[in-house]
Amino acid sequence: MTGLAGSHPALLQMRGIEKRFPGIIALHQVTFDVAPGEVHCLLGQNGAGKSTLIKVLAGVHQPNAGRIVFDGQDVDFSSPDDAIKAGIGTMYQELDLVESLTVAENIFLGHEQTRGGFSSRKSEQSKARELLARLGHPEISPDMEVGELSAAGQQIVSMARALSREVKLIIMDEPSAVLDSEEVANLFDTVRTLTANGVAVIYISHRLEEIRMIGDRITVLKDGTAAASNLLVSETPNAELIRYMTGRTISSIFPPVRSLDERTPPVLEVKDLVIAPGHQPISFSVRAGEILGLAGLVGSGRSEILGAVYGSTKAVSGSVAVDGKKIRSGSTVAAVNAGMGLCPEERKSQALLLDDTLIANFTLPSIGRFATAGFTDGAREYRASMEQIEKLELRPADPRREARTLSGGNQQKIVLGRWLSHGCRVLLLDEPTRGVDVGARSEIYQLVSELAGSGIAIIVVSSELEEVLGLCHQVLVVSEQRIVHRAPAGELSEHQILDLVMEGSTL
Amino acid sequence: MSISTPPKLERAQAVVPRRSAMKWLLDAGLRRNLGLILALVLLCALGVLTAGDRFADSNNLMTILRLAAVTGVVSIGATFVITIAGIDLSVGAILALAAVWATTLSGQAFAESTSWIFMPLTAMLIGAAAGLLNGILIAYGKVVSFITTLAMMAAARGLAEIISDKKTQLITVDGFLQAVGGEVFGIPVIVVIFVVVAVAGWVLLNRTTFGRRTFAIGGNPEAARLAGIKVQRHTALVYTLAGLCAGIGAFMLMARTTTGSATHGTGLELDVIAAVVIGGTLLSGGRGSIFGTVLGVLIFSALTNIFTLNNLSLSVQLVAKGAIIVIAVLIQRQLAIRQSRT
Repeated sequence: MTGLAGSHPALLQMRGIEKRFPGIIALHQVTFDVAPGEVHCLLGQNGAGKSTLIKVLAGVHQPNAGRIVFDGQDVDFSSPDDAIKAGIGTMYQELDLVESLTVAENIFLGHEQTRGGFSSRKSEQSKARELLARLGHPEISPDMEVGELSAAGQQIVSMARALSREVKLIIMDEPSAVLDSEEVANLFDTVRTLTANGVAVIYISHRLEEIRMIGDRITVLKDGTAAASNLLVSETPNAELIRYMTGRTISSIFPPVRSLDERTPPVLEVKDLVIAPGHQPISFSVRAGEILGLAGLVGSGRSEILGAVYGSTKAVSGSVAVDGKKIRSGSTVAAVNAGMGLCPEERKSQALLLDDTLIANFTLPSIGRFATAGFTDGAREYRASMEQIEKLELRPADPRREARTLSGGNQQKIVLGRWLSHGCRVLLLDEPTRGVDVGARSEIYQLVSELAGSGIAIIVVSSELEEVLGLCHQVLVVSEQRIVHRAPAGELSEHQILDLVMEGSTL
Repeated sequence: MSISTPPKLERAQAVVPRRSAMKWLLDAGLRRNLGLILALVLLCALGVLTAGDRFADSNNLMTILRLAAVTGVVSIGATFVITIAGIDLSVGAILALAAVWATTLSGQAFAESTSWIFMPLTAMLIGAAAGLLNGILIAYGKVVSFITTLAMMAAARGLAEIISDKKTQLITVDGFLQAVGGEVFGIPVIVVIFVVVAVAGWVLLNRTTFGRRTFAIGGNPEAARLAGIKVQRHTALVYTLAGLCAGIGAFMLMARTTTGSATHGTGLELDVIAAVVIGGTLLSGGRGSIFGTVLGVLIFSALTNIFTLNNLSLSVQLVAKGAIIVIAVLIQRQLAIRQSRT
């Protein structure tokens, strides 16, 4: 807990920041201070204006009004380059790396190390190696292609890129979203080293426990205004933070787990499914109304299991059956026809038509049903979309809006609504609450529970053990491409699952 | 990000907002293509200024439309291809192949003894078949569209030369020349075909499941696949459609020139791509506009006409064409940016 306000002159002062987009006031009279060497946490629900605020600071957006003082000088960033030159580094939530370039090339993108006009590969590589080692990841080789790295690895590269320049302030937008607990610990070590050297960090995360571990002060945004500023982490209880964020208190965000009739026949049956050559066969089944959780670390093989069940990747052998009927392997068409639906991990790249309307996104798999002899019926599509918007309490409630303009939580609701309106027997949810804020999370949990109640078989893959335990009936623990344990959620604790995952032991 | 939470929706509000056809046209058609319409109006003004009555004459307007018709029909098919983020370089060569195949001596003799309709049918069939081959290679063989259609461009042109022995074949089937080369109510039949294909293309792209899937595959192929859309089959169909349009263009050109030749449609693919792109269809896929494509084609043929009326050389035309492509795309970009903010 270093430099708090008052003891130092502020490094950054944002005063009366105003940012309007057509039809929307994204930021209204926001005041935000950061002291040198502190970790200032920015909290708020999706759509509260966090991203807009940091984009204003990073020079991506220009504010309509307000004053920014950075390092004692009035600044007016007209481009991200200006902000970087002033000493503000940003790690965006959506990784902005070029996958086909190497790690070193990405790190020095835009400020290539040159010698006599030629790019100096050698010095870039040695500097990159040094940076990665400093971040506790010497195993990442500077000449690897970024596309070959895991999401966590890419995150590290993104941070190395921010640190490759002289920075006085680093903005981290949900850096832990794709990291496991050990990687988060590494990240925090790095953050502490930075702050000890006087670098300030703006840290954005939905995980309150992380903020407790790393943060000095907190500013909470709600609906584009600062609901609370400069709260001391050590003196502010979680309940108070949640109240500032949502304007309400949340006692338990999980709906009660519905009881299951043991005699209900299984809807989804997976038998001896071998996902890749050399892997152990996997078998499990899900009954109507049952929620099955797949717990495990990122990269443990959870998403791969889901992909093989859905047919987005072709399994080596084994069978998947819905209502007793086997599905052709490796065909998403067959899976959807059999009544399966998938909400994939990467909403933007795998699920949404970002530039298209909500209507087009909702009706994507079921467009044939809104058509007579191939001709679509716009009015029917509109009504069906409006119905989903109401049911999901989607905001803003305009079916003709582009999906791109919605917040993460609302985008996830679009993908869910797509399968609701299609009508599913089996729903596969891969990280359903990733990048979704606390308020929208509980809505999504409620929705999943209701869907199960209506007789749909559901599989939930999640990195958040709390979520798997709070939402599911049955849990499969996955480690190193194997199912290492299966038990009713009620008989497991977070601690047990972590032990199983770490050891990869068979029980 | 809105400050005020929107009011709770009443049931009654879930009624589809009425949008009359006229308002829709004004809204989507005119506003989105404002830059193009403006360009066309300016061109026409230029035509009247420089060539006066020779330009504004109704016969001259028909000449412009006749010139636009073949490129126009082929561009409609290409709009679908570009909307799925593909490219088809082979349309000109396919057109030539379809034209020489439909005008072989034996083919003409057969059409003479039965019905002229077999000539356009042959052209369409050959066009669609070549397009299907493109589509299968691209969708199932996973060869990128640029390479596949580049190969088809060479192969189809070569095959056309072999079949025709590099000779231009005169068309002697009077039924065909009268039917397709003639006029209805003073409007050339090929112009009518252009209008029909354009309207059908608009309906197909904007009002059918086929069109919706086209946009979806262009916008996010992975999302489309995971939503259970038959992406490969659809891709193959889109290239087949482009081939079919080239086949239609082939018999239109046959009627206009009264010949079949392996040199038909040389360089057509670039005119087509230019027209589609200045019409606002994104090369990156996901957005396409038939109306924009039609405007793009009209702009180019009006330009050619004005230059011809003013006795300017083909070389000058090419320079102007290049300038127009760049200017139009720049304007489109600015408008698109402004629109995305509203």
